[in-house]
Amino acid sequence: MRVSVLKLVIQVLLLSILALQARAELVIEITQGKQSAIPMAVVPFKWKGLKALPENVAQIVANDLGRSGYFNSLPKTEMLSLPNTEEEIFYRDWELLKQDYLVVGEIKEDSRGGYIINFKLIDVNTQTALMNQKLTGGASALRDIAHFMSDRIFAALTGLPGAFSTKLVYVTTNRERTKFNLSYADADGAREQNIFSSKQPIISPSWSYDGKKIAYASFENGRSEIFIQEIASGKREKIASFKGSNSAPAFSPDGKQMAMVLSRNGNPDVYVMDLASRKLNRITTHYGIDTEPQWMPGGQSLIFTSSRVGKPQIYQVSIADRKPKRITFEGDYNARARITPDGRKMVMVHRNNGRFHIATQNMKTGVLQILTSETQLDESPSVAPNGSMVVYAASVGDRSILAAVSLDGEVKFRLPSKYGDVREPAWSPLLK
Amino acid sequence: MQKRALVKTLGLTLGAVLMTACASNSDLAEGDELQPLDAAAQETAAEVETKGVDAQAVAGEQVDAAANEAQAALMDVSVFYFAFDNTTIKADSKNSLIAHSQYLAANPSARVVLEGHADERGTVEYNLALAERRALSVSRFLKANGAASAQIETVSFGEERPALMGHNDDSWSQNRRVEIKYQSR
Repeated sequence: MRVSVLKLVIQVLLLSILALQARAELVIEITQGKQSAIPMAVVPFKWKGLKALPENVAQIVANDLGRSGYFNSLPKTEMLSLPNTEEEIFYRDWELLKQDYLVVGEIKEDSRGGYIINFKLIDVNTQTALMNQKLTGGASALRDIAHFMSDRIFAALTGLPGAFSTKLVYVTTNRERTKFNLSYADADGAREQNIFSSKQPIISPSWSYDGKKIAYASFENGRSEIFIQEIASGKREKIASFKGSNSAPAFSPDGKQMAMVLSRNGNPDVYVMDLASRKLNRITTHYGIDTEPQWMPGGQSLIFTSSRVGKPQIYQVSIADRKPKRITFEGDYNARARITPDGRKMVMVHRNNGRFHIATQNMKTGVLQILTSETQLDESPSVAPNGSMVVYAASVGDRSILAAVSLDGEVKFRLPSKYGDVREPAWSPLLK
Repeated sequence: MQKRALVKTLGLTLGAVLMTACASNSDLAEGDELQPLDAAAQETAAEVETKGVDAQAVAGEQVDAAANEAQAALMDVSVFYFAFDNTTIKADSKNSLIAHSQYLAANPSARVVLEGHADERGTVEYNLALAERRALSVSRFLKANGAASAQIETVSFGEERPALMGHNDDSWSQNRRVEIKYQSR
């Protein structure tokens, strides 16, 4: 008996060491929550297997939902009971804790070493199950199952697709700027892996709309050139290496074209390349800086940054008539605009009182709202595919970190790296 | 700093002397070719010529050496700084850039790469373009002062290769720059 207890202790210790090692390079800190967030509890799931589970599924779901800003996840330590089935729920406990929703479930091992998760989403007020689902996955897929579950719950309660199963790519670099990695990780920073490394800078990673490829600019040959890399195979192809700089790639929504910035004629201008024929279509011809093109939903026009009035402002240009129209008027520095999936809001870098922050502008009314204030030198905003959050790079202390803010500015969290600087995040589309 | 200013002043003074010397020299050479109208004039010219050539040949050598030194001192400056979100060459960069132009004009096989850089403020791609335009500004200036297009290549590193890592005005002012790098002399 004593021997087996000892064995168990050793096993737990070993597992916790493993768990520590497996921790992501990015660690999330929630810095501001939503006042109106819905209180809910994800109760730890029942597990009867012999070995400890490699992931804490309920915790991942609770973190996902909490980080979305729409929900306040009740910490396990504050729960009065820990039901695993609908029958075990004692509703008074949850009414007392003022929880609106409850997730209960259990995890079983299947015959092939994978997992089966049965869970229910319960409305505490009506005491009914809103959702009763069974999810299955392989041995290595527990984290994926957890994010999938978060997506389902989020969609059921908000009407928006969840973006928890999505990925991020970003650039990590050491302090000395002698090593650059293009990193790929879950949207919560977990399971980070480097998909490209170089001694020279890497900038402007950008996803194809099908989530299968990433385009970026790499300085590996002494100046910036555009590459497309297939995520699954790692296969790389050089797309643009004209004289001068080749940068700011952006796949068109249909994946057939790529907007980019080339300085082959001396001055940086926006071009659109047909990816099959490699034929270039020059979109801007002004002597000022024209850069950071981004496709509007539908792919008929681009928004881009231009210094044609002296300071950077955002312009919109239709591919058909190539007549740029200025769309930002507030402040003397608006750059790197990204558009929400519904096309209603633009997210950009905006300078206010000499400080660089992330701001949104309503495309219809033109009303500008500054979203960030605690971080400094905010840049590289990228919008989540469900339009709920913006991830961006910022300076905190003397480090460059990733931070995120909800589109209404109410929820904020940070993903500081354990070492070096993290820059240039790009949020993936919804992955199928 | 004071020493550099002195060298600069000296260089400019000696340069002026050299220019005067060249001017007299060519005047005399022209006079030599002319058919003198009378002997006196010829004699005077010959006298002046003899004296002048002697004195100026010696002086010329000294001036050349000093001018080379001054030129070298000006060419020691190979990093040129810019104001925020600005691509205009600063007034105090011009003497050195002229020296580089003259060197390139005098040495057609010399090749330079102009590396443009920006500070970290603002967006990555805008800074890449901004730094490129800084390099292009310097390129245009060198060409206007005698360098050939084929001798110059420009490359932009944007904000990716800061000279100093600080997040303050001191570092930023050092990071907004164009570096002239000779590939061959």
